[in-house]
Amino acid sequence: MASAAEIASQARRTEVRDRWLLSAPALLIIFVAAIGPLFVMLAYSFMVKGDYGDVKFGQYSLDGWFSVFLQRDIFDDTLTFADAHLSIFWRSIKLSFLTTVSTLLLGFPTAYFIATRPRHTREIWVFLVTIPFWTNLLIRTFAMQQVIRNEGIVNSLLRWVGVIDEPLQIMHTDWAILFGMVYVYLPLMVLPLYASMEKLDFRLVEAGYDLYAGRLQVLRRIIIPLVSPGIIAGSILVFIPSLGAYVIPRVLGGGKNMMLGNLIELQFGAGRNWPLGAALSITLMVLVMVALLFYVRNASRSGATHG
Amino acid sequence: MPESAGASEKRVAIEARGIVKTFGQGANALRALDNVSIVIRENEFFTLLGPSGCGKTTLLRLIAGFEYPTEGAILLYGEDIAGLPPFKRPVNTVFQSYALFPHLTVAENVAFGLQMLGRSKAEIDARVSEVLALVRMQELAARRTDQISGGQAQRVALARALAPSPKVLLLDEPLSALDYKLRKEMQIELKRMQAETGITFVFVTHDQEEALTMSDRIAVMSKGRVLQIGSPWDIYDKPADRFVADFIGETNFLSAIVLGVADGVAKVRLTSGAEISATLAEGGVAEGEATVVVRPEHARAVKDGGQIAGVVENVVYFGTDTHIHVRLDDGEMFIVRQQNSRTQSCGFEVGDRAGVEIDADAAQVLKD
Amino acid sequence: MARRHFEIRTQPGFGLVALFTFAILYLPIAVLVVYAFNASESVTVWGGFSVKWFAEAWNNSAVQDAAWRSLVIAVFAAVIATFAATMAAIATTRTAPYPGQGFQYAFINQPLMVPEIVTAVALLIVFSRLKVWTGYSGLGWLILAHTAFCIPFAYLPIRARLEGMDLTLERAAADLYATPWQAFRRVTLPLLRPGIIAGFMLAFVISLDDVVITEFVKSGGQDTLPTYMLGQIRRTVTPEVNAIATAFLALSIILVTGFFLINRRKT
Repeated sequence: MASAAEIASQARRTEVRDRWLLSAPALLIIFVAAIGPLFVMLAYSFMVKGDYGDVKFGQYSLDGWFSVFLQRDIFDDTLTFADAHLSIFWRSIKLSFLTTVSTLLLGFPTAYFIATRPRHTREIWVFLVTIPFWTNLLIRTFAMQQVIRNEGIVNSLLRWVGVIDEPLQIMHTDWAILFGMVYVYLPLMVLPLYASMEKLDFRLVEAGYDLYAGRLQVLRRIIIPLVSPGIIAGSILVFIPSLGAYVIPRVLGGGKNMMLGNLIELQFGAGRNWPLGAALSITLMVLVMVALLFYVRNASRSGATHG
Repeated sequence: MPESAGASEKRVAIEARGIVKTFGQGANALRALDNVSIVIRENEFFTLLGPSGCGKTTLLRLIAGFEYPTEGAILLYGEDIAGLPPFKRPVNTVFQSYALFPHLTVAENVAFGLQMLGRSKAEIDARVSEVLALVRMQELAARRTDQISGGQAQRVALARALAPSPKVLLLDEPLSALDYKLRKEMQIELKRMQAETGITFVFVTHDQEEALTMSDRIAVMSKGRVLQIGSPWDIYDKPADRFVADFIGETNFLSAIVLGVADGVAKVRLTSGAEISATLAEGGVAEGEATVVVRPEHARAVKDGGQIAGVVENVVYFGTDTHIHVRLDDGEMFIVRQQNSRTQSCGFEVGDRAGVEIDADAAQVLKD
Repeated sequence: MARRHFEIRTQPGFGLVALFTFAILYLPIAVLVVYAFNASESVTVWGGFSVKWFAEAWNNSAVQDAAWRSLVIAVFAAVIATFAATMAAIATTRTAPYPGQGFQYAFINQPLMVPEIVTAVALLIVFSRLKVWTGYSGLGWLILAHTAFCIPFAYLPIRARLEGMDLTLERAAADLYATPWQAFRRVTLPLLRPGIIAGFMLAFVISLDDVVITEFVKSGGQDTLPTYMLGQIRRTVTPEVNAIATAFLALSIILVTGFFLINRRKT
């Protein structure tokens, strides 16, 4: 007869083994079709590029990584910064930042507005934000295209009012990408903001007014600090997909106004430089990780003060 | 002591032998049960009593099979059930949260155990209505469990656990969620059901009053240990140690010196110099310094005389009786509980000098 | 002049911004839907109300194929992902922490942390080679890729549901002689059902919507509805694309509304 201690530890071992077996299919699928390929890609970034795409398997080189920021002159072999790549990096970061700020400026009052509605209508407002959120990204980008192009509703309206004579060229500019990203990612800002505002204790706001704070001071000194976890979460949820945007700049930005996602695609398509594409992908991933780390650090800090 | 005399002739239903249960490992390890041994007899209403965190619920869960002991063995009718998973143990539990299945009706909840045992439809139907009748819930059989009140949910949980006719019924603070009046009703109901079904009840509670009114025997637990097992009368009037005396009811502690023992009764001298006789706790000291306990209702405040004396510090009126707090001359506090009369006050005011007269046979010497 | 009393909760101008936001969110969609019913050839000139572009799209064999393919992939990916996610959610919740639990959790959520384009090109690298090696280039690759990124979406609501579920219910079942499998079938699964349905619907919508990964993993002639539309948008646009988008939109709204109603009934 086994002792009590043996039975207890045996039961625990069996339980842990069963739990691993249960999650095995999910882990396997994600390994095969998500995580594993990332490691293969890492290896590819250190290989010699093939002449017609792909790589020369087993031949290693740092050229892919070199080309991320540098370029070798074809005539005299001097190294210079790859201006084209740098400007694309800059555009990605700039547009992602502007998108985050714009969605925050629109999303904060919107989330506050929803959170201060009567309880039964709040759900409806949230639902109204959720519908675009779950609508196909491509369809929304396409819809934006129809609004901002030269013959679109914005230009027609402006011309009808008489503000402009010639249509404004918005399509195929950075503005188009910015409008598209703000429109597409706005729900990602509103939803987490709302989640933290819903929990806001309005007795604290009352206490603020009681202690002679004005509306702006209450907003700045009480409401904003209290909902800062929502602000951080919303910002990160907008910033990260903006950084990796691919469809929006492709449809709205045209061929010239590329973002990182399009530069990566280019290397696997017409550029035929898979190692560079792989290196760029990993660079993008690192940028995202940095943003996530920033979020984790701030989230834990604001959690410590407000939680 | 009628209970203990009768109980000893009955068969042993559950025996816990040297149970140790630790949670976690290394420095963080928590010893929830520390060498606990208990014998519960057939047909007994046995209560595990103690403050939260004393290990009483852990012991219950070990019997039910939701946890495994780190050391020791649990025997059900003499058989070691260590290797049996909960669904093979002929014991049923009434959970503190009731744990009624929210997707099933009242009747379906009660039928669940019988279905799992593979009983025939006819047998199940008969048994379900029988048990529902026992708890007086026949009318609500078709209700969903989220459409009934807390008291009703309690009855359903009881019916569900009784339906498979378990050898032992485990009740984990089943009345704690009910309001005072309902709790009083259910206490009587539970006693009635235990008598009608003849099933052994193991009842967990932190409410000493509940334990005293319902139990045949009580095990008082603290910090993972069993401090005393006995009838309610034993536990209340002859507490073995300081914790039991303090946890059950109100009591006064007096320091004393044991002068001698004769026929299990000790002669002790109090700090006032008065000598009184006191019963000895089992395994208690027979010589030297000791603590003596006296219940407040076993002493009277008097104007003159008494074995000890002091100054009245507080007079608290309770309706049925009055508590007189006397600061004794040695600095200790002594509380006297006196029954009120309709026409007279207790006769003492704050600042008065008062003597305390301790009833004969009222004092008990503690173990430590 | 009637004096309005001080509203504690109001911040001036916030209501206006909110209305502007909702206008932004819905105006482009409205324009898109309206032009789907345009009788004219071009998307720029309004030529009267007509449903002819819906008929056109309906009879377009390329659209039919793409729609059918989207549906097949979404059904397979969502079903497999829901199964795997349900098992994983049961494995990673409601127990004392065990070695590897945090690792499993991070692993399952990993597809959410990586930009889609990065996963897409990584899959292109690996799957293009595997297609050559195995000689198989059917829909299986797309289904596999979709299943992987659907798992975390299916996992979230199921896990949330499990964590909100009373552990004592299964104990009660075990106490009442139910074997672990019976307890799962008779107690856990029925209670988990809303979470599983929500997880399935999320996975289904996510798969149906995917453009980027599909674009990079698909072999020739394996367009799904979104990649077909992406190709069309680059060419001259006729209201046919609007019609397809509108139909797609309607489907999404039905699914999201269903999801909303299920969640609402739960609370």
